[in-house]
Amino acid sequence: MLKALLWRDLLLTYRRRGEWLLPLVFLLGVVLLFPLAIGPGEKTLSQVAAGAGWIAALLASLLAVERLFREDYEDGAQSLLLLAPVSLYAMVQVRVLAHWLVTGLPISVLSMLLGVLLYLPANAIPVLLVAMLLGTITFAQLGALGAALTVSLGRGGLLMVFLVLPMYVPVLIFGVSAVEQAAGDWAATGPLALLAAMASLATALAPLATAAVLRVVSD
Amino acid sequence: MWSWFHKWGSPKWFYGMAGRCLPWVAVATLLCWGIGLGWGLLVAPMDFRQGNSFRIIYVHVPVAVVSLAGYYLMAIAAAIHLVWRMKLADMALKSAALIGAALTFLALVTGAIWGKPTWGTWWVWDARITSMLVLFLIYMGIVLLYEALADRPEQASRVCAILALVGTVNIPIIYKSVDWWYSLHQPATIRFTGAPSMDPSMFYPLLWCIVACYLMYGTLMMLYVRGEILRREIRTQWLQDIVRGMR
Repeated sequence: MLKALLWRDLLLTYRRRGEWLLPLVFLLGVVLLFPLAIGPGEKTLSQVAAGAGWIAALLASLLAVERLFREDYEDGAQSLLLLAPVSLYAMVQVRVLAHWLVTGLPISVLSMLLGVLLYLPANAIPVLLVAMLLGTITFAQLGALGAALTVSLGRGGLLMVFLVLPMYVPVLIFGVSAVEQAAGDWAATGPLALLAAMASLATALAPLATAAVLRVVSD
Repeated sequence: MWSWFHKWGSPKWFYGMAGRCLPWVAVATLLCWGIGLGWGLLVAPMDFRQGNSFRIIYVHVPVAVVSLAGYYLMAIAAAIHLVWRMKLADMALKSAALIGAALTFLALVTGAIWGKPTWGTWWVWDARITSMLVLFLIYMGIVLLYEALADRPEQASRVCAILALVGTVNIPIIYKSVDWWYSLHQPATIRFTGAPSMDPSMFYPLLWCIVACYLMYGTLMMLYVRGEILRREIRTQWLQDIVRGMR
């Protein structure tokens, strides 16, 4: 059942190219804005590269996660899923996993390339990848909660962004500092460990709230 | 014990009780503010370094303290509502979100006004101020979610209660991470050491002001919850009787 659900979500995203392409193109677009706004100099850009990359990835994740439950809610599939003989908690886990596989994972990989475009020092690139992989898990879990909270609103996009932004603050802080420490030739294990801690905490707890919200909303 | 519990579940009982208490609490609030502010603004000695501008703490600190305490109250109301589906807890949650947002905003504004003469700038990206700003956003999130779901009150109440509880898990993490962030980017110009021990002549009026602010919070909560009861229970017989009697 869970496997089928995972397969269904992946297949649906694959068939609708817009769904997984849009966040990636959006990420590229936001990254383009930084040199235009700040100036193309290598020195200035490499100084803000970590922050700019993280903000772009954060916004792309937000944009992607907003529609996670929307369609299933509107066409009634969500109510049917509630009847399935599997716990809603597990189902939310699977759906967030599927979502992360088609957004968080490509966003992380693409950020690596964008880090090069923003003159991030080469030794910080692998750390950026690991930090992004961990950070996008937290983004996806908390974003799913936000998506569930606003699923019944016709146009909840802006509100959802507003609800989730404060929750993304810790990931942003430790994500940026991991990359900056690596860029400054320091060990980045501290912030990376904290990012991993937050990812596990979010993965363990956030689906509880998400499932509770989904149950309330689909009543 | 159970009858006490049932009382708190009944909007009718609360409406009457709050109506009888309100004048007393409101007068006590005004009295405490009067004593605290009068003492603090007129009698307490001037700070030898900050001059008279330090006196804004008599508004700033109480408001900041109560806006933080208000979140705990809101979270408790949220938990009670989720567990026992108590209507009053939901009304308290909604009122606490709005009042908390207002108090947090006031704390930010008074902090900025204090910052201008003391540090020479209106705003500093200091850990405490940044956390306060995040707290304001979280309060506003709950307020706005209530507004957005206004046409589905049952759903709004439970969804907002979950959001408030998620906030209680998140806020410590956010605060700690902001602290950590600030310790990395410590600016050299401004030192924001913990409050040095205050002289009692300055501290006692502050205590009065904090008590006054808690009382004000109580007054506002009663007013708002009563208003909320009026709005939601207007079809019930007992409320119709009261409303007709008043006319």
